[in-house]
Amino acid sequence: MSLNAFLQNLANALQWGSFYALIALGYSMVYGILMLFNFAHGDIFMVGAYIGLFVSTSLVTLSATGILPMAGWLILVLTIFISMFLTSFVGMAVERVAYRPLRAAPRASAAITGLMVGIILETGNLALLGAQRRKFPEIIAQSTFHIGQVVVTNTKILIIILSILLMIALHQFIRRTRWGMAMRAMAYDFVVVPLMGVSINRIAAMTFAIGSALAAAAGIFFGIAYPVLEPYMGLLIGWKAFVAAILGGRGSIVGAALAGFLLGFIEIFVAAIFPSTLRDLIAYSIILIILTIRPHGFFGEAYSARLRL
Amino acid sequence: MPLLEVKNLTIYFGGLRAVHNYNVTFEPGQVRGLIGPNGAGKTTTFNMITGIHRPTSGEIIFEGQNIVGMMPHDIASMGIARTFQNMRLWRHMTVMEHIKLAMYSKIEYGLIGAFFGTPKRHKQETEFDEKAYHFLKLLNVDRYTNQVVTGLPYGVQRRVEMARALAIVPKILLLDEPTAGMNPEEMLDMVEVIRQIKDELKLTIFLIEHRMRVVMDLCEIIQTLDFGEIIAEGTPDEIRNNERVIEAYLGKEVEV
Repeated sequence: MSLNAFLQNLANALQWGSFYALIALGYSMVYGILMLFNFAHGDIFMVGAYIGLFVSTSLVTLSATGILPMAGWLILVLTIFISMFLTSFVGMAVERVAYRPLRAAPRASAAITGLMVGIILETGNLALLGAQRRKFPEIIAQSTFHIGQVVVTNTKILIIILSILLMIALHQFIRRTRWGMAMRAMAYDFVVVPLMGVSINRIAAMTFAIGSALAAAAGIFFGIAYPVLEPYMGLLIGWKAFVAAILGGRGSIVGAALAGFLLGFIEIFVAAIFPSTLRDLIAYSIILIILTIRPHGFFGEAYSARLRL
Repeated sequence: MPLLEVKNLTIYFGGLRAVHNYNVTFEPGQVRGLIGPNGAGKTTTFNMITGIHRPTSGEIIFEGQNIVGMMPHDIASMGIARTFQNMRLWRHMTVMEHIKLAMYSKIEYGLIGAFFGTPKRHKQETEFDEKAYHFLKLLNVDRYTNQVVTGLPYGVQRRVEMARALAIVPKILLLDEPTAGMNPEEMLDMVEVIRQIKDELKLTIFLIEHRMRVVMDLCEIIQTLDFGEIIAEGTPDEIRNNERVIEAYLGKEVEV
């Protein structure tokens, strides 16, 4: 592979990795704190993308009709913030409806309710909006940069930078704020946290809210890069992000982010070398091998899978 | 008005009656002990008072308010703190973080403060540091402030747990076997620490213990629980000489 081709693929891999990483963080946070795989998370990503679609379409229309003229970057920023905000409520609702009542139930039951919620979100979307695919609006005009022989679009750079900023923000949140501290404490001992005057229900809701907001950001970025949305878009990408969360080491924030990018790299570079129809076959065989060698993932611990940085 | 009044507290786990008609009244500043064989229902009583278990019947009146059915975090915020028999610390978090989280509800700076270090955050953090340091110093663990708790000696971890409980600024402190697993020397240290806390903070203390030496040394009044029921209550001397207590509990120890 020539250097140019390598760099070209690198940019693509970073973009793909951003999606996986942002979604994987939600899996890992929830698992690290509640010992629970939120199997509705891929569908929350889908809902986030749709919310992003409606928010951005509204803003673009509002701007185009001259009622409230806005620059493209402003629409983008507003779309991201509003959609993340709205989707966080979807996450909190899922926690309230599907997980909180089952907190004392066997973990497998909670995983099943998560799957149910996922199916409800998909089919609910189908019932509400119909089966046709939706086109994500072009919020900012695409332009291309030539760096040597390598061609990168402005949106690709934007997506990568914004994703990394969000991940750093999350890291800082968990490290520095009292809520982040409460999350880490809850991960290690559930019972004591309320005895310090901290409501665990509120912290659990907040965990889902943050995970969902990050999934929404991933959804918008995905919509910008591949502007076709459909109700089942969260399935495969959700499962792959789940793989990233496991590969990173359950509960590890840094691990989930790095593994998300790693998955992006493996997929893109496999596709660059082999026929693209073989992409997932080969890519996930490689990951299977990695996991058999390191079953606890890169940053995993054998006996604890708790939230950590 | 008594600080804490527990009336006819009863709890069933399925068909098992773990605690039956338990009563206790705390005047501010009092130190009471609760003893009894394993499985007598001592920790269950603590769990009911702190809201972890909901009693089947009975009342728990704290400062004139019935707290039965309240959420544990609300009960804690009212001023009831506790430690655990099996010492539940947050591994991988530092000693300071333990204390800080106990001060959680008093943190006023928000997201922006936490991220960008506003003057408000700085001021509050300095304040917290001072307060936390005060507790750590009181329990003689201040030199471990920024260490992760996992690696610390057992006795130190016990004291960190106690510092954490004190950091919510409780009105009553529930100590569940604070000397469990300690060697005699550590035990004597712990008795001193508890005495010091009591004198310095004028704290009301409720103590579960297995070791007679500790309860007899510290408590004004001792209750003995057996199969979920109080079988004796009185001063250390009265308890020491009570037939039923000796039979149910002390007898075995004396023989050993």
